[in-house]
Amino acid sequence: MNVLDFAGAFFGDGAHWHGYDGIPQRLLEHVQYSLLALGLAALIGLPVGLVTGHTGRGGNALALVATAARALPSFGLLVLIVIMMGFGLLPVMIPLVILAVPPILVTTYEAVRSVDPAPVDAARGMGMREGRILLQVELPVALPLILSGLRSAAIQIVSTATIAAYVSLGGLGRYIVDGLYQRDYEKVVGGATLVAVLALVTLALFWAAGRLAVSPGVRRR
Amino acid sequence: MSAHRRVFGALIRMDSVTKRYPDGTVAVDRLSLEIPDRSITVLVGPSGCGKTTTLRMINRMVEPSEGTILLDGEDVTRQPVTTLRRSMGYVIQNAGLFQHRTIVDNIATVPRMLGRSKREARERAAELMERVGLDTALARRYPYQLSGGQQQRVGVARALAADPPVLLMDEPFSAVDPVVRKGLQDELLRIQDELGKTIVFVTHDIDEAIRLGTMVAVMREGGRLAQYAPPAELLSAPADAFVEDFLGADRGVRRLSFFPAAGLELTTVPVVPVDATAKRLGAAAKSPYLLVTDVDGRPLGWSEPRDLTPGDIGTDRLLPYGRPFTPGTDSLRAALDCAVLSPTGWAVAVDADGKVLGVVSQSAIGEAIRTAHAGHAGAASAPVTGAVS
Ligand SMILES: Nc1ncnc2c1ncn2[C@@H]1O[C@H](COP(=O)(O)OP(=O)(O)O)[C@@H](O)[C@H]1O
Ligand SMILES: [Mg+2]
Repeated sequence: MNVLDFAGAFFGDGAHWHGYDGIPQRLLEHVQYSLLALGLAALIGLPVGLVTGHTGRGGNALALVATAARALPSFGLLVLIVIMMGFGLLPVMIPLVILAVPPILVTTYEAVRSVDPAPVDAARGMGMREGRILLQVELPVALPLILSGLRSAAIQIVSTATIAAYVSLGGLGRYIVDGLYQRDYEKVVGGATLVAVLALVTLALFWAAGRLAVSPGVRRR
Repeated sequence: MSAHRRVFGALIRMDSVTKRYPDGTVAVDRLSLEIPDRSITVLVGPSGCGKTTTLRMINRMVEPSEGTILLDGEDVTRQPVTTLRRSMGYVIQNAGLFQHRTIVDNIATVPRMLGRSKREARERAAELMERVGLDTALARRYPYQLSGGQQQRVGVARALAADPPVLLMDEPFSAVDPVVRKGLQDELLRIQDELGKTIVFVTHDIDEAIRLGTMVAVMREGGRLAQYAPPAELLSAPADAFVEDFLGADRGVRRLSFFPAAGLELTTVPVVPVDATAKRLGAAAKSPYLLVTDVDGRPLGWSEPRDLTPGDIGTDRLLPYGRPFTPGTDSLRAALDCAVLSPTGWAVAVDADGKVLGVVSQSAIGEAIRTAHAGHAGAASAPVTGAVS
């Protein structure tokens, strides 16, 4: 049997489409974990990146923290946190957020830094306040890059959220973890395929968001 | 048209202003300058001499280390910095437009910031587009869809949108090609005629300074004032070798721009119509060259008298008459230029309809130049107006 046969068998089995271990339920859980982690990471990464990018201060410290965070292995972190804190949603969220903050933070910082200083100077010269300069002059122009940071964070979260299954939570990781344990390779391949598809859907959503949110004057078409 | 209150210019007084940057650079050194209202004051000088720093101290983008700056008699530090800046339009070299906003919304920025409704602000923006010579069809475009010259016009319109009494311009036309730049300069002079703002204009181009300035402040390295004078006076009496050098080698010729050609004595003796009689040609034959005109009096070209047959003047063998000048509006410089470019050494003067008023020789223009310079010598030795540090 090859991979395609495994996948075919998995998705062809009607039993996999309902119930607490059915595909819709696991998909929903996976999306929920991912959205929560992305939301928390954006809540940290966006404001810090925007403000440091605008003021230009703290860039070095930021790069250092980001590199350190990137070096941490998510799975290792999960195990460590579970040992310290026990099971639950929080031990899953911490490594996911730590994984997602650096790309958001660093890209947002770089995006704001790379905005042409001339319009910023003009805005300041016409008496615009700093907050407004950041939100109305810099952000709209930095948006494509910021979205790309959020996108890579989202993709990483979607693929890494499978670790939730190791601490008895749901999500698409269940199929992979259980499948490996039960030597049910249909299940493993099915779960992995679903994660890959979800990652592609995420890409498509970000592309659509870019079309909607970025001004034609910035997209230049 | 909305009923905008006309806000006129304001007077700016800089009193022994020094700017020392944190790294120790003295960008501006005890500069005192009285900038008259409703006129264009140009700060000119080589790169790095402190022009931008001086300009940016007026709207407090840079805070002076020492000295005071008064606007209409009041210290600029007395009011909140955003209030101060909103009373001053600010135009920079590459326009600095907001690329995510349409042209009309770029221009509407300050009115919107001041709380006007979107509709009102856009109406005002459309009005300003016309004022600065922009087709209102461009209103919904984005900055990247405009040429450099058009972008700069948008920059000027945006700065004028809230009708500020003061306009600060930092090398606004330096990045566009010479033809577009001339158009923008003409437009600025026209706008200034109509609106009477107090404009402080920075440039490194002495020609631009002389063309635009009511007063010109020449600055030198180290942020010191070299001379502050009206352009004609700058050209006739440079304060020192630095200013003289900065003005360039042809300042004598350029100074002629400030003398009208109206006083030139024109002669009509060598001017003959294409249907001239033998008698008329005979009367003119003493001149080395004759200017042939059509029956309406418009110039056709030069000819030697012996080449002309009465009643049948062939127009195909005439020498080109070059570019004519108009005595009422042109300067001595334009007249001299015409004479130098003319194949016969005579300049052709025409009226507004292009009909020949007469001709004038190079030597007659030279005489007029000597008279003009002599007449102006007394004025040039008078003390320069404005503050001297
Ligand atoms: N922010 C700054 N920090 C330190 N030195 C500066 C700063 N801005 C300008 N300078 C220096 O001050 C001098 C005057 O600069 P500037 O006002 O920009 O001159 P200009 O506009 O005439 O070219 C230059 O020597 C420049 O290098
Ligand atoms: Mg400068």
